[in-house]
Amino acid sequence: MAPILELRAVKAFYGHSEVVHGIDVAVEEGGMTVLLGANGAGKTTTLRAICGMVRSEGEIVFAGQRLHRRSTEAIAALGIAHVPEGRGTFTGLTVEENLRLGGFTRAGRPDAGIRRMFGYFPILGERRRQQAGALSGGEQQMLAIARALMMAPRLLVLDEPSFGLAPRIVEDIFAIVERIRREERVSVLLVEQNASLALELADQAYLLETGYVVMSGPAKTLADDPQIRRSYLGY
Amino acid sequence: MHELLQQIFSGLAAGAVYASLALALVMIYRATDLVNFAQGEMAMFSTYVAWMLVNAGLPFWAAFALTLAVSFLGGMTIERIVIRPVENAPVLAAVVVTIGLLLIFNALAGWLFTYTLQEFPSPFPDRTLFGALMTTRDLGVIGVTLAMLLLLFLFFRFTATGLAMRAAAQNPESARLCGIPVGRMLAIGWGLAAAIGAVAGIMVAPVLFLDPNMMGGVLLYAFTGALLGGITSPVGAVVGGLIVGVTENLVGAYLIASQLKLTVALALIVLVLVFRPNGLFGAAIVRRV
Amino acid sequence: MTMAEDFAIASSEPLAAGRDRGFAVGAWRSIAILALIAAAVALPFTLSNYHVFELTQVMIYAIAVLGLNILTGYNGQISLGHGGFFAAGAYTAAILMHRYGVPYWATLPPAALVCFALGVLFGLPALRFEGPYLALVTLAMAVATPQLLKYFDTWTGGQQGINLIKVQAPAVLGIGRDRWLYLVVLVVLLVSMRVAANMLHGRTGRALVAIRDHPIAAAAMGIDVARYKTLAFGTSSLFTGVAGALSAIVIGFVAPESFTLFLSLSFLVGSAVGGIATISGAIVGGFFIEFVPNIANDISDAAPWAIYGLTMLLFMYVMPRGVVGSLAGLVQRLQPRRLAAGEDQKHK
Repeated sequence: MAPILELRAVKAFYGHSEVVHGIDVAVEEGGMTVLLGANGAGKTTTLRAICGMVRSEGEIVFAGQRLHRRSTEAIAALGIAHVPEGRGTFTGLTVEENLRLGGFTRAGRPDAGIRRMFGYFPILGERRRQQAGALSGGEQQMLAIARALMMAPRLLVLDEPSFGLAPRIVEDIFAIVERIRREERVSVLLVEQNASLALELADQAYLLETGYVVMSGPAKTLADDPQIRRSYLGY
Repeated sequence: MHELLQQIFSGLAAGAVYASLALALVMIYRATDLVNFAQGEMAMFSTYVAWMLVNAGLPFWAAFALTLAVSFLGGMTIERIVIRPVENAPVLAAVVVTIGLLLIFNALAGWLFTYTLQEFPSPFPDRTLFGALMTTRDLGVIGVTLAMLLLLFLFFRFTATGLAMRAAAQNPESARLCGIPVGRMLAIGWGLAAAIGAVAGIMVAPVLFLDPNMMGGVLLYAFTGALLGGITSPVGAVVGGLIVGVTENLVGAYLIASQLKLTVALALIVLVLVFRPNGLFGAAIVRRV
Repeated sequence: MTMAEDFAIASSEPLAAGRDRGFAVGAWRSIAILALIAAAVALPFTLSNYHVFELTQVMIYAIAVLGLNILTGYNGQISLGHGGFFAAGAYTAAILMHRYGVPYWATLPPAALVCFALGVLFGLPALRFEGPYLALVTLAMAVATPQLLKYFDTWTGGQQGINLIKVQAPAVLGIGRDRWLYLVVLVVLLVSMRVAANMLHGRTGRALVAIRDHPIAAAAMGIDVARYKTLAFGTSSLFTGVAGALSAIVIGFVAPESFTLFLSLSFLVGSAVGGIATISGAIVGGFFIEFVPNIANDISDAAPWAIYGLTMLLFMYVMPRGVVGSLAGLVQRLQPRRLAAGEDQKHK
C-alpha cells in the first residue's frame, strides 16, 4: 500500500534556525506511525512543517499531492487534521461550537457528525453547551480530537496527546484513538514522549534525535531494541 | 426632572452613534489586536458616498443600503491591501499605518468634497414625542442602531461564517488548522466594521453637518466608550458608548460650557478606568508566564 | 497592543560587537562620531538662515522623540500624549521669560524639573493601565492640553498665547540669532543623546526593557517595576519638556494651537519611522516630522496630508521597525552567526 504521507529529505526551520536536518518519514495508509524522541528532537517542528506552519525544504507528499508552499488552511482542507500541542481548543467557545468549527470545510450540516463524535466521547455530549475552557485537560484533549475528526480527515496528526494528563485518561484516549483509526479508516501520525504506550499501538516508529532520524522500523522492532528500552522505556 | 430625562434621552441617541463606532473598533481589535484610528474617517467617507447617492436622486434607504455595501467592500479592500503588509509587523507599525490612513481619508474628502459644511438629510421626521421628552429623530437613531446590533448578534451567533470569524479572532492558528481562511475572515471583519461605521456616520451627519472633520470627536468618544466597556467586549462597547453619550450630554448641560466639556467627560471616564483598568466588561489582558 | 519581543535592543548590538572585536572598531566609531559632530557644527555656516531654522526644528523634534523612545520603545508604555509634556515645557519657559524675565538659558532646568515632576505624577496612575487603555489616557491628555491652555488664560495668555522677546546671540561671537540657537540646541541634543545612551545601555536600560518584554519575570528578578516605570515616564517627559522649552525659545511664541493632538501623533509617527527602541532613530524621526509635510505640500497642493499619510504608510511597509531599527536588524543578520549548540536546543 502506498504511504498516505511521505516526507523526503525534509528540513524544517524555527525562525532562522534549521532544527530538522533532512528526514525521511512515511505514514502507511490506514496505519499508525509514531515519532519518538526527547524534548528538542524536532518532532513538533516536523508536524508543523507538514501543516505549513513553519518554513521547510524538501518534499512533503500527501495522497499524491505536494504540500509545498500551501497555506495551513489549504492543507487542512486537503484532509490533514492536526491536533496541536496543547490541544488548541477554542476556549471561549462552547463544546458544540468547537465541533461545528471542525465541520467548517465539509459541505452539509454538521449535526450528524457531531452526534457521531458524542458516540465516541459521551462526556462531550454531556457538556455540549459548556465553554471549552471549563473542561478538564482530558476532556479538552477529547474535544480537540473530536474536532479534528469532524473534518473527516484522511490523516490525523496528534502532537503529544498524553501531555499533562493522568495515565488512566491517557489510556482511555489512546483506546478511543485506536478504535477511531479502525472504524473511520483514518491514518494516524502520532508524536509522543510516552514511548511505551505509543509503541504498543503503532505500526511504524521513527526515533528522532536533535533533528535527525536515528532509528526507524516496525514499532515492535523498536520496542524490543535494547538501546530504546534503556533510554526511552526505562527498563 | 423633565429636562434631565430629555438630556438623558438625547444622550442615548448620541451614545448610540458612539456605540456603533465603538463596536466597529472592538471588532477590529478582537480580530487583529489593533485599534483602527482611521475608523472615524472611513465612516465619514462612507457618509459622503451616501450624500452623493442621495443628491443623485436615490431614495434615502436605497442610498443607505448601497452605501453599506460599498463600505463593506471598501473595508475588505483596505484590510487586504493596506493593513495586510503590516499584520505581522510590530504593532506600532500597524498603528502608524492607521494614522496614515486617517490622514489620507481626511485629505481626500477635503479635496473631493471641500471643507464646506453640507446638510445631510435625516430619514426621520422632525417631531417631538411624549410631551417634548424625545424627538423622533433620536428615537430613529436608537432604533436603527438596535436593529443593526440585533442583526450582528444573529450573524455571529447562528451562522457558520460568524462562528468562523469568532474562532479566527480568538485563536487564528487553531482556526487555520480547521481549514478556516483566517485572512478572509479578517477581511470580512474589516468590511463589517466599515459598514457599521457607515451607519454611525449616516446617523450622526444630520446633527453634526457633513464635513471632513465631522467624525474626529465621534471617534474619540467611541474609543473612550469602547475602552470603558472593555476593549475586548462587544457588549461593553455598546454599553460604554451609551454611557459616554449620556455623560457628555449631562456634563455639557449641567457642569461646564462646551469648551472644556470634552476634557471633563474624558476625565470622568478615566476616573472610572482607574478603578476598573480593564473596563466594565473587559477581561484582564491575560499574560502567559 | 504590546511591544514585547518586537523590538529587541538591536541598537546596542553593533556596540557590543564593536567592543568584542577590540580597540580598532571602537576607535573608528569614535572618530566617525566626532566627524559627524564637527560637520554638524560647521553646517549652519553654509546654509541660509531659514534652513538653519529648519534644522534647529529637526533637532528639537529629535529631542522630543527621544523622550518618547525612552518610554514607548524601551519601556513599552505607549503614549499618545507627549504633545502635552512638550507644551508644559514650552509654556514653563515662556512664562518664566515673559513674566519673570528669566534669561532663556536659565529656563531649561526649571522646565526639565517641572516636566519630570509632571511625568512622574502621570506615571503613577498610569501604572494601572496597559496597552490601549494607556493609549486612551494619554490621548485624553493630548486632547485636553489645548483646551486647558486656553482655559487658564491668566497664566497662558489664552487663545492668543505668549509673545516672547527674540533671543539674541552673544555679540562677541558675531553670528546671527538663528545660528546661535542652532548651536545651543545642538549642544542640548548631544547631551541628551549621551545621557540617554548612558542610561539605556546600562542597568537602567536593561531593567526598562525587561519590564517591557516580561514584567512578571522582571518583578520576579527583583526589579522594582513600579519605580522604573514611573521613572521612565518622568525621564521621558523631561526630555520632551526640554524640547518644548527650546521650541518656545527658538520660535519666540507659544499658543494653544501649536500643541494639539496632531503634535502628539507626529511624535509617535516620528518615533516609529526612526525606530522606536533606538536613540539615533530620534534624529531620523525629527527629519521626518519637519520635512515630510513640507515636501508633501510641494507634491500636492490639493491634498498634502494625503501625501504625508501615504509616506507614513510606505515607510512602515518597507521598514516596519523604523529606519535605524531596520538597519540595526540588517547589521545583526550580516554578522557571523555564532550558532553552536545553545541556540539549537531551545526548540523542538
